[in-house]
Amino acid sequence: MATEAKTKYDRQLRIWGEQGQSALEKASICLLNCGPTGSEALKNLVLGGIGSVTVVDGSKVEAFDLGNNFMLDQESLGQSKAKCVSAFLQELNDAVKAKFVEESPETLIETKPSFFTQFTLVIATQLLDRYLLKLDKICWQANVILVVARSYGLTGLVRISMKEHDVIESKPDHFLDDLRLHNPWPELKEYAHTFDLNVKTPVVHKHIPYIVILINIAEEWANTHGGSLPSTRQEKRDFKDQVKAHMLNLDEENYKEAMDASFKVSAPRGISSHLLQIINDSAAEVDSTSSDFWVLVAALKEFIENEGDGEPPLEGSIPDMTSLTDYYINLQKIYQAKAESDCLAMEQRVRNILKRIGRDPESISKASIKNFCKNARKLFVCRYRQLEDEYNTPVLPELQKYLTDEDYSFAVGFYILLRAVDRFAANYNRFPGMFDGDMDEDISWLKTIAVGILNDLGFHGSTIPEDLINEMCRFGGAELHAVAALIGGIASQEVIKLVTKQFVPLTGTFIFNGIDQKSQVLPF
Amino acid sequence: MADEALPEIRWRDVNKLLARPGNIVAPTFAHSPQLRDDLGKYVRVLVVGAGGLGCELLKDLALMGFQNIDVIDMDTIEVSNLNRQFLFRLQDVGKSKAEVAAKRVMQRVSGVTIVPHFCRIEDKDIEFYNNFQIIVLGLDSIEARSYINSVACSFLEYDDNDNPIEETVKPMVDGGTEGFKGHARVIMPGTTPCFECTIWLFPPQVKFPLCTLAETPRTAAHCIEYAHLIRWDEVHSGKAFDADNPEHMQWVYSEAVKRADLFGITGVTYSLTQGVVKNIIPAIASTNAIISAACALETFKLVSGCSKTLSNYLTYNGLDGIHIKATDFVREKDCLVCGPGTLIELETSVTLLQFIESLAEHPKLLISKPSITYRGNNLYMQAPPILEEMTRSNLRLPLFNLMDKVPKGTVHVSGSTDKDGKRTSCLRKLRVVFKGVDGIVDMDVAGGS
Repeated sequence: MATEAKTKYDRQLRIWGEQGQSALEKASICLLNCGPTGSEALKNLVLGGIGSVTVVDGSKVEAFDLGNNFMLDQESLGQSKAKCVSAFLQELNDAVKAKFVEESPETLIETKPSFFTQFTLVIATQLLDRYLLKLDKICWQANVILVVARSYGLTGLVRISMKEHDVIESKPDHFLDDLRLHNPWPELKEYAHTFDLNVKTPVVHKHIPYIVILINIAEEWANTHGGSLPSTRQEKRDFKDQVKAHMLNLDEENYKEAMDASFKVSAPRGISSHLLQIINDSAAEVDSTSSDFWVLVAALKEFIENEGDGEPPLEGSIPDMTSLTDYYINLQKIYQAKAESDCLAMEQRVRNILKRIGRDPESISKASIKNFCKNARKLFVCRYRQLEDEYNTPVLPELQKYLTDEDYSFAVGFYILLRAVDRFAANYNRFPGMFDGDMDEDISWLKTIAVGILNDLGFHGSTIPEDLINEMCRFGGAELHAVAALIGGIASQEVIKLVTKQFVPLTGTFIFNGIDQKSQVLPF
Repeated sequence: MADEALPEIRWRDVNKLLARPGNIVAPTFAHSPQLRDDLGKYVRVLVVGAGGLGCELLKDLALMGFQNIDVIDMDTIEVSNLNRQFLFRLQDVGKSKAEVAAKRVMQRVSGVTIVPHFCRIEDKDIEFYNNFQIIVLGLDSIEARSYINSVACSFLEYDDNDNPIEETVKPMVDGGTEGFKGHARVIMPGTTPCFECTIWLFPPQVKFPLCTLAETPRTAAHCIEYAHLIRWDEVHSGKAFDADNPEHMQWVYSEAVKRADLFGITGVTYSLTQGVVKNIIPAIASTNAIISAACALETFKLVSGCSKTLSNYLTYNGLDGIHIKATDFVREKDCLVCGPGTLIELETSVTLLQFIESLAEHPKLLISKPSITYRGNNLYMQAPPILEEMTRSNLRLPLFNLMDKVPKGTVHVSGSTDKDGKRTSCLRKLRVVFKGVDGIVDMDVAGGS
């Protein structure tokens, strides 16, 4: 990467690295409708250096566009909206290709479905659901990712639609270090045994790394407890006291760290239920059509059942801890060596599997395998439902539960009402409350439609709060800039996660609640 | 900018909320077709910071119908801002953030006036901040937040029942981001917790013990901090390290590499060196957009009353799906900053100089080098020299006389105090009560000395 780009992107490279950046630079994004929601979503992606953007919009700029869209100014009045927005976006970053198509997205969906297959991802904004349902089918078939974003008064939604999204680098915020204190391998044990916890030299005593302290005391414990490690609450407390009893004085940082980490000795062996579900997924029974990800999972499954003895490959890194430099570096090397040998075993299995399914055994690089091993405990598989399925067969029990939950009731209400306004628009060719004169009538019509949707979904006898229906009509289809910037911001963030394949994307429908900011993600 | 050219139809969407009655609105909400115009004409908003959040805030506020905005920022534009601070271009590098940001937004949104202030927040006198109905903060430092918070809270007055007097409440909306995470909050001094009430939400930065750096380095960061904090001074006696000087940074990097090699430590890179030395917080456009939009929306709702407002602290996390949570924190009753003020009892004979000296020893205050104001009048100013000279003669006068012989009154003290071993600017409100003067009735006020 050129020095200038490195400096320009420095603050984001610290998050997704050069690999993430290069994935972004290869992506081509299509935006449908360039009101503020769509324009703001693209703005964030263009600043970050996305490969190319194509703005699709058939409308001309009108006076009210200048009240909510920063990418349009007085000189744009009467011109193609797509052209003006694309020109502004180009100004933000000349490394990005900004293109436009002056055509209504609805027409493209109806008449030229092949148009969408050229993109990595389509962001559909402010699109009525009858078109979304069609677009979703097109994208699903062509394996193009669809991100739906909608701003409506003080509410809005973001939703992802694709078959499956697999994440290796989920980069969770807090995750237990992979130290194996409960199950140390022979080399680690051997190294721990070279230390005498009763050493009298204070400078040595206070610099024994806590990993060594805990392995040795755990062994002491096991010897007096029939080979088992502390498991009950009382035992864990006693174990901690046993650690404390080794302190020469109370300000020995390494012993404080050992006490804080003492619970790690009691960590259950084996893999998490989350990981178990992934290795037992039917997709892990691989054939020649399987993706690299599932080939790696298949190898992981074999590894866990064989060399791993129930454990995944070791991650290989340790956190900083009070220690003399030498002790720490030695520990680091022991962990690294084990990680490397685990990785080697994994590589062997990957190559064999590839051969077995008739693929080039070298078609997955060593670096990819290594990266997979480092993240094996943190894999994520996100599966989505088609929009049509969500519409026809909703996850009733959960929605039902949320309908009466104080923290969720507005979100579920908005979820139903956002559908209701689209049905309203299909019937009356305008949004409820769009014109002042129709207000009372629109409120009662919207209510009827909302109750109809609830009944269709199977929530017989349920209602939406009157206040919320009133507010929805008051919004009158308004696209407020602040709401659009927020919804567009979330849409762009999800695009980044999907394109870089880092972090975990949204796996439900995000419903924005701009009234009291209690937004929620609803299952679909 | 010819605003006349653009009819009110421009605000069609905003007016849906402002001109129509609603069912879920603030009790004070008075819907009217005129409201948008009033918002534009009569409301002055201050945006503090013209960086990642500030750029977004200026755009968002201008497009929500605010037309009188000021922005203050002491920084100049750097190349590494360009991945998110969308009002700046490569050719703007080196110019004032506040000035360029103001100009760009005014170019695109007709009818809005944005006044830039290219200076430190402490350079403005306290009264400057009283010109605004609401203050929106887009900052990345705890110290700056704390300072603005203390200024806004200093305007707050309480009635005799210790209830905040509404006209003196200066609302603040504060945002912050780090990578995929962020927060947005609404501060109504006297009602919701101020920044200081919940200071524990911002734990102090962890520093490496010097003995680790000097004797037992284990990580790349230890080697870098050794070069930066210890080795630099050993070699460059007296020459201050400048993190913005690439030669200095390069020197620290190469020293760190040497040290890492010596101890067999890996992972020192130039990028990590910059990150550790400058304490760089990763930042991306999307999170800034999301948090700023939430802040702008709350500002719009607070000022207009057109809906409910956030109560009172929103946390955002986009690492694993999307998690948004609103938490209703409660005020610290005895907060030194937003409470009724620290009570100080004085003899009428105490001179201003004696009073100033007592502040340095007061256990709750520990303020050194204070400047004192009373009802907007400078009683004593430490700087600039001309003001110092003008107010110096007050030092030997009794404070009682300087305060027009009132039995009790509130004085504002700005100076510096020690916080975690770091000198920080502070502003405190003191409730001075003179002994033996008629009119003292209630002595059971909160925050007694």
